[in-house]
Amino acid sequence: MPLIRLANVSKRFGEITALDHIDLSIEDGEYVCVLGPTGAGKTTLLRTIAGLLEPDEGEIYIEGRLVNKVPPEERSAVYMFQQFALFPHMNVWDNVSFGPFIKNWDNDKVERVTSEILDMVRLGGRRDALPSELSGGMQQRVALARGIASGARILLLDEPLGALDARLRVELRSQLRRLVKDQGLTAVHVTHDQEEALMIADRVVVLRNGRIEQIGAPHEVYSKPQSIFVASFVGGANFIEGNVAKVEDSGSLVEVRGGLQIRVSGRGETVGERVVVAVRLEDVSVGSGEAVGSNNLSGRIESATFIGGSIEYAIRLENDIILTSKIMLSDAFKAYKTGERVVVSFPPDRCYVFPYPKIGLLKEIEAI
Amino acid sequence: MPEVKLVNVTKRYGRIVANDDINLTIKDGEYVSVIGPSGCGKTTLIKNIAGIIRPDQGEIYIDGELVNDLPIEDRGIGYVFQNIALFPHMTVWGNITYGPRVRGWSPEETRPLAIEMLEMIKLSARSDAYPSELSGGTQQKTAVARALISRAELLLLDEPLGALDIKVRGRLRYELRRLVKDLRLTALHVTHDQEEAMSISDRVIVMKSGRIVEAGKPIDLYTRPNNIFTANFVGEANFLKGVVTQISDEGCLVEVADGLQLVTDSRNETVGDLVAIAFRPEFASIGDNEMSNKITGNVVDVIYSGSIARLKVELVNGDLIVVKKVLGFSRTGFGVGDSITVNISPRNILVYPYPKEGLYNELALD
Repeated sequence: MPLIRLANVSKRFGEITALDHIDLSIEDGEYVCVLGPTGAGKTTLLRTIAGLLEPDEGEIYIEGRLVNKVPPEERSAVYMFQQFALFPHMNVWDNVSFGPFIKNWDNDKVERVTSEILDMVRLGGRRDALPSELSGGMQQRVALARGIASGARILLLDEPLGALDARLRVELRSQLRRLVKDQGLTAVHVTHDQEEALMIADRVVVLRNGRIEQIGAPHEVYSKPQSIFVASFVGGANFIEGNVAKVEDSGSLVEVRGGLQIRVSGRGETVGERVVVAVRLEDVSVGSGEAVGSNNLSGRIESATFIGGSIEYAIRLENDIILTSKIMLSDAFKAYKTGERVVVSFPPDRCYVFPYPKIGLLKEIEAI
Repeated sequence: MPEVKLVNVTKRYGRIVANDDINLTIKDGEYVSVIGPSGCGKTTLIKNIAGIIRPDQGEIYIDGELVNDLPIEDRGIGYVFQNIALFPHMTVWGNITYGPRVRGWSPEETRPLAIEMLEMIKLSARSDAYPSELSGGTQQKTAVARALISRAELLLLDEPLGALDIKVRGRLRYELRRLVKDLRLTALHVTHDQEEAMSISDRVIVMKSGRIVEAGKPIDLYTRPNNIFTANFVGEANFLKGVVTQISDEGCLVEVADGLQLVTDSRNETVGDLVAIAFRPEFASIGDNEMSNKITGNVVDVIYSGSIARLKVELVNGDLIVVKKVLGFSRTGFGVGDSITVNISPRNILVYPYPKEGLYNELALD
């Protein structure tokens, strides 16, 4: 039996449908990330589970019990706001032990649980400090410690790392996951940071306009995007418009601007169909020499941008299409200069083919 | 295209020294970013230059002129904040032309400038829109146009993309840089996002505790950081403690564990020095490689993120290192418990004096 189950849940705010018939089951001990752009309905979803919002339609079950009418404090779930609300006049210890205290646990238990959790978030030495004396990262860990100390089985985390410096955010990712796993908790974590979701979650739920666009293990969502939106929002890609020119057993040929043909592994396209081919930035390799064979195209380096750990090349092809290639630095790394002639290539089995969207390609991507 | 020069600039808040004897020159037309952990003094630095605060000591020159006593509006700067501060009751046009209006410029004088600004941010069609009708990214572009209409040549950007969604942020970076270069401005950009700083700037300044730790071209800071704090702050790195056992013309030999000696190309050490060596996860490769140092260990965790897998590897002495591997279509082929050999070229190993306060304290971000 899943620990949390949403059946056909909808929530509207005036004319806006924030959640549109959501079905979702979360298992005991699972770490689930809910990913989507601003306005996708992520926070509404989390608040509905927490009991801070009541759905207009559908049922929410926690531990098998229908909880639509159950108040937040009786749901064994604790909701953590993005702006972590610590009591400013209380020190770290009092902030963390506040939950157990109002739960009337005996002093020994409060003492034991609080110090254990503070050690876990590496703040055992700062128990007497006031929130104002701590850095943002430390405050965030206090807030997490307080959530865990509440004894709730379910942590509902709304952009828990959002208020932190980028570098610290990366560092806290793995700590957060380990904390949740060590305590045997179940976490639902809302974020708009796809890298964070991919690194931290057992399962990723991609939300768009109140609907679940795709759900699956991080690797699955990344390597098998089911829509242009998911390909773009999770990982990002080059998108090339074209028409299916030929369908063979081994795959299809898609004709793109300037009469160039791209070979793709088949997915049941039909000749003449208008499609979009998506190729991940890291699947486009750059080399020198002659452009021979399928999906080897010649072009010129238009720009090279170093982004720390990898370089992004924009390559203008002969048909004026610009492809972006992302290459991780490595021992064997070879740099190309702006203006240099290169050959780009990408394997047919790394091309995702989607029907051309009704609202147009740019709108489909820009909807983000 | 003004040059900005800071000479011995210090700013204190009570006992806290937010800017501690800063010396810095930003060249004409240069795009410079400042990064550093919270509280490092990067916002104080930009406020000093803007004239929002006054330094306690030192001089600030813009275009060769001492500006310590010059008010913000006379410094020829455009200033953009993280919190998009557009006037909500004014249209895009009203917001952009606000500065010239309060300066008493005539509408005839202002109009062509505003039209130029709108074209520059590709927003000519939305000049009648109110801020609430625009996306966050478009609002911030309007704020940039408003900052630049008074012919400012120095653009100061304080977390200008910080309030935006990650995807939008990535796109606006390039627009911002192009704008600065097209208009031949000088830009100083404060950010907490290393990747943003790397991709947008000619030069990146790393700050810590009110001081400049290091400044350099993005790729140099990343591949050859002079300072151990930089090595950790601008990207992922593995750190191991070691002792220099041998030196030669090519470099030094560092023992990082019993029986594990690594060849490096560093020539600043003497035998017996206690050092910390660092290398980036992406420069380590798995398998056999004639020319490299070899480290063996056991995989204890595999973390996937998109196209990359990070393998956490435990060495014989219990130290942990992380190795990055680009994935093929399937998974890595390595699993927890596998014994692997990691190769690192001598030139990709950075060697630093071992920090007096210990590695953990030296690298701490908070």
